[in-house]
Amino acid sequence: MSHVVSSTAKTEADRKIALLDATAGVLAKHMPAISAAVGLVVLWQFVVWFFKIPTFMAPSPVDVAYAFRDNAGILWTNMLPTILEAFLGFVFGNLVAILLAIWFVHSATAEKAFYPIAVFIKAIPIIALAPILVLIFGNGLAPKIIIAGLICFFPTLVNMVQGLKSASPAMLDLMRVLSASNTEILWKVRLPSSMPFLFAALKIAATSSVMGAIVAEWIGSSFGLGALIIEATYNFRSPLLYATVVIAAVLAVVLFFIVSVIEARMIRWKPAGSH
Amino acid sequence: MLGTAKLMPNVPLTEPAATAVSIRNLSVRFGDRNNEFTALSDVSVDIPEGAFVTMLGPSGCGKSTLLRCVADLVHISDGSISVFGRSPQQAREARDFAFVFQDATLLPWRNVIDNVRLPLEVGKHAQTGDHADPHELLAMVGLTGRENALPHELSGGMRQRVAIARALITRPRILLMDEPFGALDEITRDRLNEELLRVWQETGTTILFVTHSIPEAAFLGQNVLMLQAHPGRVKEFMKVDLPFPRSLAVRDTVEFIGVTAHLRRLLEECL
Repeated sequence: MSHVVSSTAKTEADRKIALLDATAGVLAKHMPAISAAVGLVVLWQFVVWFFKIPTFMAPSPVDVAYAFRDNAGILWTNMLPTILEAFLGFVFGNLVAILLAIWFVHSATAEKAFYPIAVFIKAIPIIALAPILVLIFGNGLAPKIIIAGLICFFPTLVNMVQGLKSASPAMLDLMRVLSASNTEILWKVRLPSSMPFLFAALKIAATSSVMGAIVAEWIGSSFGLGALIIEATYNFRSPLLYATVVIAAVLAVVLFFIVSVIEARMIRWKPAGSH
Repeated sequence: MLGTAKLMPNVPLTEPAATAVSIRNLSVRFGDRNNEFTALSDVSVDIPEGAFVTMLGPSGCGKSTLLRCVADLVHISDGSISVFGRSPQQAREARDFAFVFQDATLLPWRNVIDNVRLPLEVGKHAQTGDHADPHELLAMVGLTGRENALPHELSGGMRQRVAIARALITRPRILLMDEPFGALDEITRDRLNEELLRVWQETGTTILFVTHSIPEAAFLGQNVLMLQAHPGRVKEFMKVDLPFPRSLAVRDTVEFIGVTAHLRRLLEECL
């Protein structure tokens, strides 16, 4: 029994050492990036201090750090609706794009009819669309979710159509010889082969959905990181403004990271012929 | 001695056997009325059951098109094809034939064994019937132990072996092969040629094999169907008088060189 205990203790220690090694390895790998970032922050602090730049114009990193501490409550309550809007927009925008792409691939008429309309919607500047949607849907969550969704929609639609069509003609011939139905071809060939294309689009959508939610919150909203940016700007609360911007950026990076992790777990194959 | 036989419709060419594929006055035209292209013109040929027939001809002679007509991948303009007495579409739905492409066309996200099983998962309305054991098939093509490998981890030759195993899983009566070894290096191609002959003799499947390599056509075929181009039509359907089982050494014999010389002469006449 004691033997078993000691052996597990040993593997536990081994695991800890391995974990430390891995952490050290990651740190070493990203050392240039970390040093550059720290260096820039130090330079920023030095420039603000040396030229005696007033805080309302450009706060120093230390001021921003204090703003995080003093406004933690405000930042937290305004971050939650923005996360919700960006997430729901991401889900619905991409879902509609994926379903539409599947329809386009199976119906040339549908593609001819609706693809130009999709391009036209894409051509409308999102910032011009926001007031229209606020007038229609009021000042709640709905217009923000729609704008976050719209901004995700187009890149996913384009990539997904391309991805669903990326199956080789020989592959489709094979499925025909096997008397496969269109549904079987979709599930067994088209959807799996579209995954790399889909994830390329989802990574773009992950960051732009946060941007869409924030832009939507600029138009007469009373909550969210976007509203906080507007309010902090007009009240010359520059440290709070910078803190909000940092949070928005971190949010986008986290979403991007989540999509990348899911991609790495799902796609372990390489396309045919890539050697 | 070289035995050649001119095409005689409705008359079996070798010892009496059931006809696997019967092609009558087949024509295939592509394009519209203004810009029409005749790929095949008035082709008639009988493929006996259990035969290994290689198809050879200059590029543009329609040998791939002929194979794709049998597989119900190309629309027939005139004439008829009967596969064991059925239309190509009925034969396809009954899983009478399997097709091997020049590209292995493996699903890159599926491992070897799941790729071999693919034909059993699709075509639910088709009569799938009994099937071979995927592990036995992989053993037959020499891929035991690679069941869980992904296609990109295999060499070109290995991928084509997987494609052959996949084609054999439904125990097809006919194997249609469209330049399956065309993209492989010569050593791999030689080895796969020998293995394909072994597979043919073990399974008794009828094989229709398109190639543009004269030695390959002569080495594999009991018969060679020579086509000529513009428009694609039958030049000659000849028997290859070389005994089975054949090994690669047969290619150094005088008889083999006689066959290839004859084929080369025919090919030059086609130009």
